[in-house]
Amino acid sequence: MLQTVIKRCLSTQRLKPLKAIYSPQFRRIHVTASLRHGEYEWQDPKSEAEVVNVVYIDKDGNKIKVRGKVGDNVLYLAHRYEIPMEGACEASLACTTCHVYVPPEHFEKLPASEEKEDDLLDMAPFLKENSRLGCQIVLTKELEGMEIQLPKATRNFYVDGHKPKPH
Amino acid sequence: MSYKLVKRMFCSSTIKKPPRQVCIVGAGPAGFYAAMHLTKNLDSVNIDFIEKLPVPFGLIRYGVAPDHPEVKNVINQFTKVARHANVNFYGNVTLGKDIQLHQLRQHYDAVLLTYGAEEDKVLGIENEDAGNVIAARSFVGWYNGLPSDKDLKIDLSCKTAAILGQGNVALDVARILLSPIDELRKTDITEHAVSALAKSKVKEVYLVGRRGPLQVAFTIKELREQLKLKNCSTIWRKKDFEHVEDVVPNLERPRKRLTELMLKSLNESGKSVDDLNSNYFKPIFFRSPKKFIVDSNHKVTGVELTCNKLVGEKLEDQKCIPTHEQEILNCNLVFRSIGYKSIKADNDIMFLNGLVPSNKGVVDDSNPDLAKLYVSGWLGTGPVGVILHTMGNSFQVAKVMCEHLTGADTKIKGGFQEIKKIISVNNNNFVDWDGWEKIDKYEIEQGKKLGKPREKICSIQKMIEVSRA
Repeated sequence: MLQTVIKRCLSTQRLKPLKAIYSPQFRRIHVTASLRHGEYEWQDPKSEAEVVNVVYIDKDGNKIKVRGKVGDNVLYLAHRYEIPMEGACEASLACTTCHVYVPPEHFEKLPASEEKEDDLLDMAPFLKENSRLGCQIVLTKELEGMEIQLPKATRNFYVDGHKPKPH
Repeated sequence: MSYKLVKRMFCSSTIKKPPRQVCIVGAGPAGFYAAMHLTKNLDSVNIDFIEKLPVPFGLIRYGVAPDHPEVKNVINQFTKVARHANVNFYGNVTLGKDIQLHQLRQHYDAVLLTYGAEEDKVLGIENEDAGNVIAARSFVGWYNGLPSDKDLKIDLSCKTAAILGQGNVALDVARILLSPIDELRKTDITEHAVSALAKSKVKEVYLVGRRGPLQVAFTIKELREQLKLKNCSTIWRKKDFEHVEDVVPNLERPRKRLTELMLKSLNESGKSVDDLNSNYFKPIFFRSPKKFIVDSNHKVTGVELTCNKLVGEKLEDQKCIPTHEQEILNCNLVFRSIGYKSIKADNDIMFLNGLVPSNKGVVDDSNPDLAKLYVSGWLGTGPVGVILHTMGNSFQVAKVMCEHLTGADTKIKGGFQEIKKIISVNNNNFVDWDGWEKIDKYEIEQGKKLGKPREKICSIQKMIEVSRA
């Protein structure tokens, strides 16, 4: 009991500095005014009509079912449910850290990727026909049941084919 | 300061056994991503960053071009990591000078080297030391405010410049030289660079590559940006693209899209109207620098290039060999942009082929009395790849570290308390995270006065002063 109380105290203490990140001082770094920063994804669906169920498949093949809603961004929704999807550039289309695969039946229903997204995907290791950036996928009713697969942990430890030499 | 104390109080009240002590050398993306993984996955760990500069973020701050602010958003995540109660930053502390590796290994449970690749590779050709032959790395450091590059000697009063190399750094250099100055003024580019670039007479930039269009190292995003640059025409040499079109259908997607973009630009380039005010971007292929031509003041006036040709049937196996033909490229400014290399910061660090060799990130775990030594990021993989590669690599190394650190109990290590005693003998000027936040605030304020997101402090002395204000 006592331990839980202390833990709670501790966690609120730790949350404080996190909040500071969203202070106006840090906001200035963002350049695209229209971008959301994941606040919306923390709202629960207001009605069943809004609900979009999706499944995240993590690097180890574990399936995580998530009850999302229309308008949720796949990257920020993953953050809410602590699914390890990075988003280094905060959905501003400047990196490839949220690379995912979408099975064909849902891939076809996604709006076509724009040139900038394709340019970035070209830098992603293990690029496939059904690769997308998670930050560019916004849930719609059509995407009900979509599986979002995170790329497996890089098998090749070193980039660009470099093989470590023995000591 | 008081906030840190409160954090520590709360922290220590819940910890049963002393936390495992981890030291990360180098506070760039590789270090921060490793720290992110360690804090997420270990219950009881203390992480101390040691950084040569008084300020964090490495190449995110000093490598990413000022006109790519979105790429720097990752600083927000790194800041979250640094503000964890069990993460500490000690800037202005140099490995191999203020502290030795064996001392770190004595007082920590694990030491992770993530200090990257800070030097540029050299060509090793005649007159490489000539005036106005500039390392692209130094130019990048100069416009990004790296203290050691702030006084770079560069003469921008000539019309033609050549960049040797065709990677993304080469394209960054070209774009900064050819961008309308008013576009740059809005970025966090340093004031000394803006005022020099405003007076620049450079109108023509060659991008010289050893191999052909199918082997370029730059990526499509960066090329597209260059092609779209206002008031700048791209001129390719048609001859360089002979037979390229034929192989396009068989290329893998990234190479295919990149090549298609070059071909599209090549076909359009004839149509552009010559404008006296226009700048020119001129990529040329199959040329290796043989020597720099200099004037009586040992200042560069041109580059002698050896013409190369590709041999071999299969595209992927093609090799580049020199011919007897030569070309002289007249230019009074040259950038060498053929890659970065790591330095041996401490005599105890083993180096092989320009990087620290390791087995899945483990460099040395042979001595049970010393901290295990790990490496991640460019220091371990070589200076290639984008932030995603560095992230993946650091996560994997951190995963291995987690496994080791959750293992059997070892002797309790003193961590920074012990290290501080050693450092303090020669250096009492280390900057902690609160100090950095003061610098950060100051830079943003200075930027505001100039209508920029930030004006970086370019002197280490000044950084230390501001951090103590």
